[in-house]
Amino acid sequence: MRDTLRIPLRPRPALAVVAMLVLLPIAALAAGQPFYLVFAARVLIYALIASSLNLLIGYGGMVSFGHAAFVGAGAYTVAVLMPMGIGSAWLLWPAALLAGALLALAIGAICLRTSGVTFIMMTLAFAQMAYYLVLSLQVLGSDDGLALPKRPSLGVLDLGGDTAFYYVALAVLLAGLLAMRALLNAPIGRALQGIRDNETRMEALGFATYRLKLLVFVIAGAAAGLGGGLLASLNGLVGPNLFNWTESGLLMVMVILGGAGRLIGGALGAAVLLAAEELIAEHTIHWPLGIGVLLLAIVLFAPQGLAGLARRVGSDP
Amino acid sequence: MIEAVLRVSGLQKRFDGVLALDDVSLELARGELHALIGPNGAGKTTLIHLLSGALKPNAGAIALDGRDITRLGMHQRVRLGLARSYQITSLFPNFTVLENLALAVQGASGRADRERARAELDAVGLGPRGEALAGTLAHGERRQLELGLALATGARVLLLDEPMAGMAPEEAMRIVTLLEALKGRRTILLVEHDMDAVFRLADRITTLVQGRTIASGAPEEIRRHPEVRRAYLGDGMMV
Repeated sequence: MRDTLRIPLRPRPALAVVAMLVLLPIAALAAGQPFYLVFAARVLIYALIASSLNLLIGYGGMVSFGHAAFVGAGAYTVAVLMPMGIGSAWLLWPAALLAGALLALAIGAICLRTSGVTFIMMTLAFAQMAYYLVLSLQVLGSDDGLALPKRPSLGVLDLGGDTAFYYVALAVLLAGLLAMRALLNAPIGRALQGIRDNETRMEALGFATYRLKLLVFVIAGAAAGLGGGLLASLNGLVGPNLFNWTESGLLMVMVILGGAGRLIGGALGAAVLLAAEELIAEHTIHWPLGIGVLLLAIVLFAPQGLAGLARRVGSDP
Repeated sequence: MIEAVLRVSGLQKRFDGVLALDDVSLELARGELHALIGPNGAGKTTLIHLLSGALKPNAGAIALDGRDITRLGMHQRVRLGLARSYQITSLFPNFTVLENLALAVQGASGRADRERARAELDAVGLGPRGEALAGTLAHGERRQLELGLALATGARVLLLDEPMAGMAPEEAMRIVTLLEALKGRRTILLVEHDMDAVFRLADRITTLVQGRTIASGAPEEIRRHPEVRRAYLGDGMMV
């Protein structure tokens, strides 16, 4: 039976990419460029965060312009808890995830009463409120942010090493993407895409659309919070800019660039954007201009982003 | 005493001070096919919006099986067994026909039952088109699917807003046949402009003019009702 909505698992390309990512640290060390492991881990974390936003924008039609707030909530949760003597990632990261989920529940419960441009502006407003709140709180280090005493530990695994951290970030990203695929292929994923396409009709078919959207909003917030927790752990410091609208905008650009409504869209967008930033920024401070041109080309010629483009060029008819 | 599945009493709806519906009362007996007729702008679709929960009335009450549902949301009413179709086709163009119906089955029952969706597909006569994207259907097929979505919710009470709108005569005949087959098994409120279809299908007819019910009764009574003839039917129209 034809199933247009089902996201297939293409084992060969998927395994090829995973194999490359697994071998990357070895290549980086062999090339004498261990610095790139930190960069690569950052890409993996942003891939997770952008994917969670893609769940909202691409699959749920919820154009959230305040996704950075959940990242910030997760990051600050780790930064606040660590000096209190909690050093285990087994506690810190779930706490970061919970912080993202709770903030998403609060913000989503209000913003999801609206839709369209109002929804975009409301999410932006709430994220900016969180930004100014953090900025004004001495206990959170105001505009200096907070520094972590060290990287958290993950049981026997010492995350102090960049290679170990990289592999953990990779595992979290892969688990996140598999969970997202499972969610989208499940009945709730169908319902989500139905709401994106025609919310009124979904109501008329008996779906409690508000509750469904809120549930997905909270799931995305939780994933973003977890991403924030990982980011804080990797960098060893957090700053209020994590909450700022520029971060939310950056995440949106990643989703649009990579492919809204494509499973790997968020991950692809994060990788391309961060790599472009890394490469172009070395040569010119005007690198956002290059990104802008790229984004414009994508929006005009490949509305499904790089992931959609790859699919068109690839084997699919 | 007839057993009213859907009871509407004193329903009133105002838009910016303009009275769209004024003191509308209506009772649907179990298994009845009740037609709602009236000229354009009479308030037929507004009534469907109020009954389905898309709009809230300014006054009056709606009861389903004796339970007051006036303040319930749209999806809650569907879960209780009251579903509607739309005059302006409202589908999921990126879903296949079968996936559209599967959504409808899932919405009301909470379970994605593809077997039931498949059965509904055959029931509305779209059997061979199950794999087509809904966005690629011809107008008549889109109308069939529109009706199919309402049917697939499994609702006991259906509010059908001009299911034959814009259809070619032979396509419309297919819908009439389908509704005839449903008669007695579901309770139906049918808004329709095609008078041949209305008089062929309806057990009772209510006439709405400028937001008020001017007559309600068996087809023969409505056919002879002087006010209805004057306001709506036009003398030449009825034989």
